[in-house]
Amino acid sequence: MSQSLLDRAAQRPARLGVIDCDVHHALRSPKDIHPYLSRKWRDHLATYGSRRPVPFIGSSPYFKSAPALSRKDTWPPDGGPPGSDLKFLQEQLLDRYGIETGMLHLLSISGMDQRNQEFGAALCRAINEWQYAEWTQHDRRLKAAIVVPGEDAPAAVREIEHWAGNKDFAQVSMVTHTIEPLGRRRYWPIYEAAAAHNLPIGLHTSGYNGHAVTPTGWSSYYAEEHHEVAISQQALVTSLVCEGVLARNPTLRVVLVEAGVAWVAPLCWRLDQHWRRMRDEVPYLDRPPSTYIKTQMWFTTQPMDEPEKPEHLSKMLDWVGWDRLLFATDYPHWDFDDPETAIKIPLTEQQRRMLFRDNARAAYNLD
Amino acid sequence: MSFPRIGAIDCDVHPAVPGMRALLPYLDDHWREQVTVRGIDGLDSSSFPLNAPANCRPDWRVNGAKPGSSLDLLRAHALNPFGTKAAICNCLYGATGTFNADFAAALSRAINDWLAAEWLGREPRLCASIVVPIQDPELAVAEIERRVPDKRFVQVLVPAAIEAPLGRRMYWPIYAAAEKHALPLCIHAGSTFRHATTSNGWPSYYLEDYVVMSHAVQAQLLSLVAEGVFTKFPNLTVVLAEAGFTWLPQFMWRQVKTWRAMRAEIPWVDRAPAEIIRENVRFTLQPTDAPPEPDQLAQTIDMIGTDRALLFSTDYPHWQFDGDDALPAGLDASLVRKLLLDNPLDTYPRLKETVA
Repeated sequence: MSQSLLDRAAQRPARLGVIDCDVHHALRSPKDIHPYLSRKWRDHLATYGSRRPVPFIGSSPYFKSAPALSRKDTWPPDGGPPGSDLKFLQEQLLDRYGIETGMLHLLSISGMDQRNQEFGAALCRAINEWQYAEWTQHDRRLKAAIVVPGEDAPAAVREIEHWAGNKDFAQVSMVTHTIEPLGRRRYWPIYEAAAAHNLPIGLHTSGYNGHAVTPTGWSSYYAEEHHEVAISQQALVTSLVCEGVLARNPTLRVVLVEAGVAWVAPLCWRLDQHWRRMRDEVPYLDRPPSTYIKTQMWFTTQPMDEPEKPEHLSKMLDWVGWDRLLFATDYPHWDFDDPETAIKIPLTEQQRRMLFRDNARAAYNLD
Repeated sequence: MSFPRIGAIDCDVHPAVPGMRALLPYLDDHWREQVTVRGIDGLDSSSFPLNAPANCRPDWRVNGAKPGSSLDLLRAHALNPFGTKAAICNCLYGATGTFNADFAAALSRAINDWLAAEWLGREPRLCASIVVPIQDPELAVAEIERRVPDKRFVQVLVPAAIEAPLGRRMYWPIYAAAEKHALPLCIHAGSTFRHATTSNGWPSYYLEDYVVMSHAVQAQLLSLVAEGVFTKFPNLTVVLAEAGFTWLPQFMWRQVKTWRAMRAEIPWVDRAPAEIIRENVRFTLQPTDAPPEPDQLAQTIDMIGTDRALLFSTDYPHWQFDGDDALPAGLDASLVRKLLLDNPLDTYPRLKETVA
């Protein structure tokens, strides 16, 4: 057994105060959202349901590893799905691990990838109202993300402007599987609004866009798809950088959530190598692509990469840059990273502070 | 370092079909007439715009000739400067892109015959990959079988992004034929544009398309392992060409972690994917997508965990390096020897027979 495993207790980060950059709350039942929808959209939801470009009404296209994607022990004793009971989430996550701030990402219902975009916009507003009224107002440790109907940029900008300045919201959130790559022009007003209001963009792996899950078609298994979503995030970074979103909005901050982190270094090498040959195609990038990534983007660690030799991970994270890393648990999902055991390499005191807390304060501009 | 003249084997060079006219003598009567009457031409792959900087080194561009279309230039640019003993021709002309599978089969046959006559027949250092109509696996197998007697064809060539992931069972007859004849399967960068080049849709710029090509080969590698291709065909070797390799350590870490969690879903994957990859999968050297410091490249290769993975390639005429810097800094002498010579011979049994 490696020394890093034996030293787990010594590494206990609870003393520090952890910022968990990926916490999943959930609706107890779809009806929870009804009070926040108009009569028209309540009826619409009841009649036509949530319509996204997927084969099944009540299941993910790729069947997950566990019910509700979650650890068995996270089902609240008083009923409802994992993440739906604030008190239980407080006990099991926030109090248990000394989480000083938890960044909420709602996955159980989504507005941005609704095929009816008008309904999507209404749903985003309702979700934000619900997050504010039923979560962030009840526990100051929790910060919500402004979910926006990003396929309709003017509506997304209206949603950002509605909530901007409200400190319960720490970021703007969009799905990552979008109709066009997120660097394309149709999304630019959203980045301009986010930058103007000093809100980072949080991009949690999610959403359906009708595109195959790989550039070569549909994989058969969840064992592939779980990895493919991280590859898709690499394409997303490529898009945001190469299409000039970061260069054109130098104060914009972007956080990638639940894609892991070790791929960032080799992606930077590849981007820089081919940019050097073809920079005439993207003349607004006057520095190597990696420089934008390393100043304007952050990456949550979960699911933490696990090489056979832990020292390889230390080296790779050096290459990614310790100032880019944000710790995340992904509570209550099955691939939860425990703050006390998920990082299986020795950390310096400075690295520990950066990873578990200080980088997040910078990325989210927290006091 | 100066390039070691030990008789390198270059595992990725690209002879270009000058145009459909060059293939007419190799098409049957029906397709020769169709091509002529309908004016079918211009099937160069959209994955490789001819004038894009990546696709021809500036000092290798000559008089407006299509890059890669001259045997004399290929000798002068790619073979002679490196003392190359053998080079594998991967022809990227668009047979795999057509929607009509019969035409794809006719074109594949024509391209292979054209390669045999006009390149391999005129230059003994050249061998080639078998272009196959991947649109129809049965026709692909027929083309492989037709080529088997010609030992100068050393592997089967498919583009990285096609209609469906390559692990799917419909493609398995191709692997049965390849394994039976000891032909590796080369998955080469390039898309047939059946799907957007990213799962998030179509990027705007060629730079993006080029960068994300490594994602397509990663998807193929995930698929081949997860669907059990290497369990069913344990002697099949897969070569991933022109799509980088420095992404491989993280890819394997993630793949093994996911497999440990989800192996009940794919029970036929009976050992860690990283073990399978080290055993059965090879990578061409260019583009290296190297880290900024030479020692980081050495460390990255150490993370891959085998010195058998890399195969020398110039990727001629694509622009991946300048001068004779075909080897990135950071490789030690024993690894250089392996990737120039030992690994290609180990990967290509047919090369062993003809070259060694």
